[in-house]
Amino acid sequence: MRKIWDIHGGIHPPENKSQSTQTPIGLIDLPDEIILPLNQHVGTPADPIVNIGDSVKKGQVIAEAHGFVSLPVHASTSGEITAIEDRLIPHPSGMSARCIVLKPDMQDEWVALTPIDDFRTKKPGALAELIRNAGIAGMGGAGFPTAVKIQPRGDQRIDTLILNGTECEPYITADDMLMREKAAEVIRGAELLAFILGEPANIIIGIEDNKPEAIAAMSDAAKNAKVEIVSFPTKYPSGGEKQLIQILTGKEVPSGKLPADIGIVLQNIGTAYAAHRAITYGEPLISRVTTIVGESLNIQRNIEVLIGTPMSHVLEQHGFEHDQCARLIVGGPMMGYTMEHLHAPIVKTTNCLLAPTKAELPAPAAQQPCIRCGMCSEACPASLLPQQLFWFSQSEDFDRLHTHNLFDCIECGACAYVCPSNIPLVQYYRASKGAIRQHDEEKRKAEHSRQRFEFRKERIERAAAEKEAQREARKKAAAAARQKQAENAESAAATATPKPETTSPDKTAAKLERALSSAMSRLERAQKQVADALETDDTARTDTLQARLKQAELKVDDAKKRLDAFKQNNSDAKAGVNTIEEQNSASEKLEQSIVQLEKRLATAQQKLAEAVNSGLPTISALEQGVAKIRDKLKNAKEELANINNPETDTSASTDELKSAEAAISKAQTRAAELANMNPADKAVAKIVSLEKRLDKARERLSAAEANNDENLEVFRASVVTLEKKLADAKAKN
Amino acid sequence: MTFLRITSPHTTRAGTAGSVMQTVIIACTPGLVALTLSFGIGSIINTLLTALFCLAFEAVCLKLRGRPLAFYLKDYSALVTAVLLGLALPPYAPWWIVAVGSFFAIVVAKQMYGGLGFNPFNPAMVGYVVLLISFPVEMTRWTLDIAALPEGIKHPDLLQALTLVFVGADSVLVDGYTAATPLDVLKQNNSLTLDTLYSTEPVFSSARWAGAGWEWVNLAFLAGGVYLLYKKVFTWHAPVAMLLAITLMAALFYDGGSSTSTGSPLFHLLSGATMFGAFFIITDPVSSAVSTRGRLIYGACIGILVFVIRAWGNYPDAIAFAVLLMNFAAPFIDYYTLPRTYGHEKSRSGRVK
Repeated sequence: MRKIWDIHGGIHPPENKSQSTQTPIGLIDLPDEIILPLNQHVGTPADPIVNIGDSVKKGQVIAEAHGFVSLPVHASTSGEITAIEDRLIPHPSGMSARCIVLKPDMQDEWVALTPIDDFRTKKPGALAELIRNAGIAGMGGAGFPTAVKIQPRGDQRIDTLILNGTECEPYITADDMLMREKAAEVIRGAELLAFILGEPANIIIGIEDNKPEAIAAMSDAAKNAKVEIVSFPTKYPSGGEKQLIQILTGKEVPSGKLPADIGIVLQNIGTAYAAHRAITYGEPLISRVTTIVGESLNIQRNIEVLIGTPMSHVLEQHGFEHDQCARLIVGGPMMGYTMEHLHAPIVKTTNCLLAPTKAELPAPAAQQPCIRCGMCSEACPASLLPQQLFWFSQSEDFDRLHTHNLFDCIECGACAYVCPSNIPLVQYYRASKGAIRQHDEEKRKAEHSRQRFEFRKERIERAAAEKEAQREARKKAAAAARQKQAENAESAAATATPKPETTSPDKTAAKLERALSSAMSRLERAQKQVADALETDDTARTDTLQARLKQAELKVDDAKKRLDAFKQNNSDAKAGVNTIEEQNSASEKLEQSIVQLEKRLATAQQKLAEAVNSGLPTISALEQGVAKIRDKLKNAKEELANINNPETDTSASTDELKSAEAAISKAQTRAAELANMNPADKAVAKIVSLEKRLDKARERLSAAEANNDENLEVFRASVVTLEKKLADAKAKN
Repeated sequence: MTFLRITSPHTTRAGTAGSVMQTVIIACTPGLVALTLSFGIGSIINTLLTALFCLAFEAVCLKLRGRPLAFYLKDYSALVTAVLLGLALPPYAPWWIVAVGSFFAIVVAKQMYGGLGFNPFNPAMVGYVVLLISFPVEMTRWTLDIAALPEGIKHPDLLQALTLVFVGADSVLVDGYTAATPLDVLKQNNSLTLDTLYSTEPVFSSARWAGAGWEWVNLAFLAGGVYLLYKKVFTWHAPVAMLLAITLMAALFYDGGSSTSTGSPLFHLLSGATMFGAFFIITDPVSSAVSTRGRLIYGACIGILVFVIRAWGNYPDAIAFAVLLMNFAAPFIDYYTLPRTYGHEKSRSGRVK
């Protein structure tokens, strides 16, 4: 005999279960219309695969699962699709959602089914897939896709499978009747689920001791099976997932975790039955056992009803007296929700329709002040302090609600049931949970926009500082140039050697490179923002962002040109003075940058390919990016070639050194001048300088040809490169 | 036609806050009967008068606050306060004492804080303490138990009692029916051993275990308390903790019954307002701690305070002071005694960091 644990709290409301257990599970006539919501489960709604006017057979898939946590929808009977539209669905909020509407042809004709005689011949994964394809969701009320639940993650070792036959809610007897009448099939379902889960050590079916017939039938059916039938004292809410686990195993599911994390999978009796039928007979989930109960009905019983049958049809078939009915409840009186209208359908999770009279469930009494009597905390199965939560809910003290574990409330309603002051406590908790979620979301958004604001501020400040620095640099350079001119004029006769430089060319180059890279990163950011905006369809933002992008592109071009010009001017000069080591290090740097560029090119191309494949709106931006990286790569390679093929003799004489120094100073002056020039002037200057360089290179080449130099090929290549560059520059201009 | 739209749960247990209060009032009857049998008709007059004044004050306050009279008067909370105050006052107390006590209990301690459920202090005890501090003579004039009365002296009859209450003590010829309570006698004693004291003092010599009349009154309140426990109006934690704490303290300082002894545990359990306090005062849910652990601490602290004040304080009894002091501490206790919620490894502090 298995040890039974007790749960904290709990209540004993009037059971009201005998009304609906007097007759066997019945059947009702086919309705005129079947309404099949696309989202009867927890997860993503299914995608319809039929069109209006299509004829479908019973059990045919009419909507496919969309994603992992989703389920298909099957036609409950044969007939014609008459509409795919929003209809009222059973939901606490009274909302409408997309449904497929079917007009039965009254033939009730099945599609071809593929039964499996022995599930043990199949692989567990394949069986789980079949259960998923059968559209089976948790039938106790939550509606979580069963296939997901019985395929735990790799790190979760399942040692216990529990089938929940507790049915602790008053009035509901669907599981009770199912166990009485289909005990053998439920046991087969349990064995099937255990097989899929890899044969856990414990297979337990928990039943409250107020169902002696069900316990007897199940014990009888389980005689030769490795299944334990455990009964325990009746107390609401023993049937809650966490509570039942505690009762049967003594373990608690840690807050915020799943039962599978402690090695337990819990399924409803009805789910096991449906899984068994799905495998053994190949039948998808198109009907379920539902309790139809309440004093405003002439017949109170359980029926096997087609999914999608309108509630109005079900109630009519049971002698519903409309004006007697106080409210229509889907589910039980403790956790069920009310429907304002009758035309919503029965869905996979509808375990009970309760239509009580006013005498049966009178309207709630007026709320009195809380006297903190503590009866609620005595009743709470989660060991919370409901009266404190109530005070904090009223004062919207979210921090205290957190420290008092509001989110561990399972909304079972035991506290509100015992409250002598008739305070609708659960309503307060639901409202507070909603308010907290909204508050957290707003906080997250506010934090996001704060970060964006600060980032923007920082960027603007940085840009301003850069501008200022550039202005300073220009001023200095201009002053230096003026001074030099004056000095040159003075010392023209006296000495030819120029003064040593105040700023080294390396530093200037580095600065220009920095400016370029920051401009590049800004450009990339702008591109990304544009892409994001395009994705979110924010036209206003897209426009401003595109303007910003263009600006950034201009800046990058500008910075690049400046750097190129400087480098080109400098390279001739540098060539004269640089030692071989320096050259090598420069070439190494370039090689590294080429490698990096190639990598970037590869990723950019990959991204582009992905974008093309999935048809994203970012394709053009990505294409531009790829083109740009290619250009850069080409430039870098050319530069490397230039460096590796020195155009000047490295064993330079002192004269040459001097002339090189002069060239450097000239280049620097030119760079400073260039910095002050506008783009058009710059382009012209560039063309001029290129022409000069080309002339020089041609001279060198002819000299080399005359001397039959070993570097002849190199000189030729450089001439070709320069010609190309010149042509480019001219074309651009 | 649309149906009622309402969220779950759709059913509640029968009973209202009013019915809880009614049960408390019913549970007070044994105590009231014992008080009457031991000390005469005074306690009944007290209770009727407090009921009159408390309901009147409650009605006036509700009217001033613009609340529906019938709805709030039907919660019986004012009547509970009235009964508790009436039982706590010495019999044959002048009517104006009763009026002042009721005023402070209902108007100041309850309605000014927002009415039922919002009062941080036990209203009846606030009324009692205000009276005890302001009118010590009237408030310490307790009647002798019927068995301990000297020869030829009787408790006042109804007419005499009404005269005492409404006209004054001087105008009535009856006398000699008042004396120090057992707690008083023991407190004043510093020369006799307990055995000698028990045999010489009439309040003890005519008693079975503790003090004449008081032991029966306490047993009657204990019976009422057990009834409330059976009715699940409150849990056992606070009363048991308080009684255990008093027993433990009394046993620690019993001193073998010497002349400086503070009295035996049984004497303390069955004297003064011990049982009345344990089951009817500290169990007031509004002003006490909420969790079971919290109520254990709350009750135990009250028990210790009661004994400390009785033994070494300035007052012979101390329920009211002890309760009010711990009322202050109740929210603090609550923050550190949250129960361990399902799925959590340990209970957390309710304090917001």
